[in-house]
Amino acid sequence: MSDPRPIIETFGLTKRFGELQAVDHIDLSMREGEVFGLLGPNGAGKTTTLSMLATLLKPTEGTAKVDGHDVLTESAAVRKSIGIVFQEPSSDDILTGRENLYLHALMYGVDRRIREQRFREVLKLVDLEDRADDQVKKYSGGMRRRLELARGLLHKPKILFLDEPTLGLDPQTREHIWEYIRRLVDLERVTVILTTHYMDEAERLCDRVAIIDDGRIIALDTPERLKHIIGGDIVRLRIQDPQLSRMKELGYVVKIDRTGDLVTLTVKDSSVHLQEILSLVGEVKSVELRTPTLNDVFLHFTGHEIRGDSAEGGFFQRVARVRSGGN
Amino acid sequence: MTELEGLYALWYREFKVFLREKSRIVSSLFTPLLWIVVFGGGLGSSISLGETNYQLFIFPGLGSSISLGETNYQLFIFPGILTMTILFTSIFFGLYIVWDKKIDFFKEVLVAPLSRLTIFAGKMLGGCTDALIQGSLMLAFGVILGVSYTISIVIVSLIFMLVLASAVVSIGLVIGSFMESPEGFNLIVSFLVFPLFFLSGALFPISNLPSWLHAFTILNPITYAVDGMRGAMLGVSTFPVAMDFGVLLAFSSAMIVIGSIAFSRMK
Repeated sequence: MSDPRPIIETFGLTKRFGELQAVDHIDLSMREGEVFGLLGPNGAGKTTTLSMLATLLKPTEGTAKVDGHDVLTESAAVRKSIGIVFQEPSSDDILTGRENLYLHALMYGVDRRIREQRFREVLKLVDLEDRADDQVKKYSGGMRRRLELARGLLHKPKILFLDEPTLGLDPQTREHIWEYIRRLVDLERVTVILTTHYMDEAERLCDRVAIIDDGRIIALDTPERLKHIIGGDIVRLRIQDPQLSRMKELGYVVKIDRTGDLVTLTVKDSSVHLQEILSLVGEVKSVELRTPTLNDVFLHFTGHEIRGDSAEGGFFQRVARVRSGGN
Repeated sequence: MTELEGLYALWYREFKVFLREKSRIVSSLFTPLLWIVVFGGGLGSSISLGETNYQLFIFPGLGSSISLGETNYQLFIFPGILTMTILFTSIFFGLYIVWDKKIDFFKEVLVAPLSRLTIFAGKMLGGCTDALIQGSLMLAFGVILGVSYTISIVIVSLIFMLVLASAVVSIGLVIGSFMESPEGFNLIVSFLVFPLFFLSGALFPISNLPSWLHAFTILNPITYAVDGMRGAMLGVSTFPVAMDFGVLLAFSSAMIVIGSIAFSRMK
């Protein structure tokens, strides 16, 4: 594949907090115009990586180039090229939406002559024109997010960083936010780098996904190709007395996992072979056939799942683990 | 140009927030008014204790020095209460960045292409504006108490309040830049703000205090703000007003420098 010029490159990028290796010698190259996802569980080092790229944190080792500027030596130039939407709400809720944009415009030196026009453009992009003069505290969580997206774009950055863009939003609102992100990529021609621990978000939004665990990149490709690594579809069977030895003889069964009465098979061309599997494996209580998700990919590489439900504490659990001398 | 606009942006934010949070203005004026009206009024009228030693009655410092001569006690503490208004408003303004840090708003500012000096200056000026507005409202209240203002008294008082505010806002910002959560607020109020206030001569003359108390008041920079304003307003002061101003200005400059350094090191 011919690579368009990289807009971000990292060189052995590393961050340690005391004994904790939060980001461990990461080498990445992100392409202009793509939506690039850093996917991993909480505490994997996604936000730390993003913070170093945004010059909010200094790397312990290594460096990165953002839009041709070194994050260590040219932080001011880097900051002008990027927009960022933080995980936590970062708009001032006592001010109105428009006032928040105004402050941002001042801080980023948006030319006075195009300010008003730019406000209109970004507000239209996220459908907040009607609510622009309401105080942000009257906004819903999704509206706040949209305002922050608009604000991140205000100064026409080349790169937009989104840290967990839909964290804490309900499913319907998340769908909407995804649409807005897609829309701004198309209309503003901006490169988007996002972190997420949601599989569906990475699959739906990202052109390429880097799977990150324990501060290291363990896989990087398009969601499609990552899923292809699994080598087949996933067949989950609930079964009392599985005849696993028979399964092992079948050439198209790539992988077998068993936890109690739950058997997970990875099967090539599953639609053709399902009948045979069912006839050989024993008395099946239930069966589920699905195409692999990025969660399966993650499991494949790490042996554990990304747990979306453990939204808090991942990082601190690891700190605790390091402190107590283990791992 | 960008830096100046950024400075304006930071100031604008603080000013807007201040104007919208009316409850903050009201509550921060209520306490000083209470002090003047109830404490000043009550104590002033009951200060003819005759034989009773006031020190036994309440304060160690107060009793020994309550010879105010002609001056009415309410008027006497008025500059002290002005100082208190500035002191409390300013320190809390500074500490408030702990909240900013919590809600990520401050990250948005820190990642902007602005120098840390600009960010510090914008915050500091915003805080001075808030404090000065509250100070002016209190100053206006002085008319009711019977302070005979001249233009020069008003100007000198405002200047003293501004310099004091810049110093105390800077202290608050320095502390706030190190704090991770607002839980330490009470500690700071107990161990910093109240001692600074009580040892400033805001409520009593410092001239004939016991020597150990006197030493503390002389070392307390807030003393010079109280003394300077009292000198300007009532013609009663321990030190020359120019000297008061000099000390306060030096203190403020030092705090501003420390504040800028603290901000440039903040993560």
